[in-house]
Amino acid sequence: MTLKLQLDPIACSGHGLCADLLPELIELDEWGFPMLADSVPPDLAAHARRAVNACPTLALRLARTRHELTTRHQGATRRRLRAG
Amino acid sequence: MSHAYERLTPGSRRAGAAARLTLGWQHADRAATLREHYGRFGPPRREPDGTPGLLDEVAAARLTGRGGAGFPTATKMRAVVGGRGPAVVVANGMESEPASEKDQALLARAPHLVLDGISAAAEAVGAAEAHICLPRTRDWLVDCVLAAVAERQRAGLDRIPVAVHELPHHYVSSEETALVHWLNGGEAKPTTTPPRPFERGVGKRPTLIDNVETLAHLALIARYGAAWFREAGTREASGTMLTTVTGAVSRPGVYEVEAGTSVGDILELAGPQPAAEAVLLGGYFGTWHDVAAVADRPFTDAGLRPAGAGPGAGVLFVLPAQACGLTEAARIMRYLASQGAQQCGPCIFGLPAIADDLAQLAAGRPDGDPLSRMQRRLGVISGRGACRHPDGAVRMAASAVRTFGADAHAHARRRPCLSAHRGRQQTALLPVPRPLAEGDWR
Repeated sequence: MTLKLQLDPIACSGHGLCADLLPELIELDEWGFPMLADSVPPDLAAHARRAVNACPTLALRLARTRHELTTRHQGATRRRLRAG
Repeated sequence: MSHAYERLTPGSRRAGAAARLTLGWQHADRAATLREHYGRFGPPRREPDGTPGLLDEVAAARLTGRGGAGFPTATKMRAVVGGRGPAVVVANGMESEPASEKDQALLARAPHLVLDGISAAAEAVGAAEAHICLPRTRDWLVDCVLAAVAERQRAGLDRIPVAVHELPHHYVSSEETALVHWLNGGEAKPTTTPPRPFERGVGKRPTLIDNVETLAHLALIARYGAAWFREAGTREASGTMLTTVTGAVSRPGVYEVEAGTSVGDILELAGPQPAAEAVLLGGYFGTWHDVAAVADRPFTDAGLRPAGAGPGAGVLFVLPAQACGLTEAARIMRYLASQGAQQCGPCIFGLPAIADDLAQLAAGRPDGDPLSRMQRRLGVISGRGACRHPDGAVRMAASAVRTFGADAHAHARRRPCLSAHRGRQQTALLPVPRPLAEGDWR
């Protein structure tokens, strides 16, 4: 098990508080929208939780995932499952 | 019946050409009636209730989705069967890829093949309802499918009636979560996953969504079996597929080919301009390539992967020798930027910014350094939207810069395009539909 930040990109409106609170793992792109690191190291878990709680649109989530289920795999599955 | 679809497979006997789904098309200028359909393919085989027959046949046939993602159809069906509650089947006939014509051609010529497929899939996954989603902009196509559905009702054919729906025709409206959202009463916009439709889709039930061509193949597998299906194609990619070949070719249109046919052989079917150098593979979410670099590659997922490409929705667009690829790519990018669901930041802001960079490059009027600015932007967008719209758009733009690299560098230094020396082509080449009204998502 490992901790992972997840973003609902539809809910996110780019307030950017998360990047202020957790610059180690979250960077904003030039339009102010967050880019997340792959996983949350244990020593940053408390900071990550604070960033999640600060999100005004509840777009950020901290999830426990199995090691093999990284964002990349989820993305690939989603792409492959697209209609047809 | 009058309709917009006029181009037909010329019934070629060249390498790779096949006639399964397109059987009889060269003699028809309208949809096959049920009688004509049975004349071509025979009546559907009825399985006794409770037999796992079709699922196993589809798995053994190694049928993959023909809508662009190429996912194994049997895997999707099994996931739906394993879900909670009675399933729903949705046929995706949206074909929002502007350069693709294969799905509308199939529905316009052989609607009963698709409806047979819906019926067979519904039986196989134990579905209680079935839907087909079509673009509202193609009313002639809707009429054609409605007529076929009515004909089947009169004949008492389908245990589960197929509901025909007309959806707003935005580029992202063909995404499977968008279909589910619309069928559930929402807007035809993609939603955040999970849950994916096979888990919780229409009416919160496990939902099988397949492209209409996939379902047509499934109808033939139900009739003739997996072994027959695999007589066409290769080990790695079985059966046949529909492709749309357009651009600088003398016979543009929809061609059915054996899976595994090379890019060069498919282009030959349509008579490519000998001097043409570049081709767009897959569609507007596809990738640009030098013809010579991909001509020998099989037009399949595995065959094109080493070139960073994929067959996508089966589109091959040949760029005329005298045209500028960057200009075409910039037009496509502008269109794709306008076609997002306006839901996710990286897509709302990133795609128009990249479209601006490309347009500046194409016009030879750089503001600053659009090339390196765009390279940086292209690297940070993928995977950050709710759907894969931004990923596809970024992939297309990146491939244009790769393939037309010499042009890009020349443009960046305010020099005219290499193509410009060969003569100017002012007419628009790739179709870019006029965007719908902003609020028209329902």
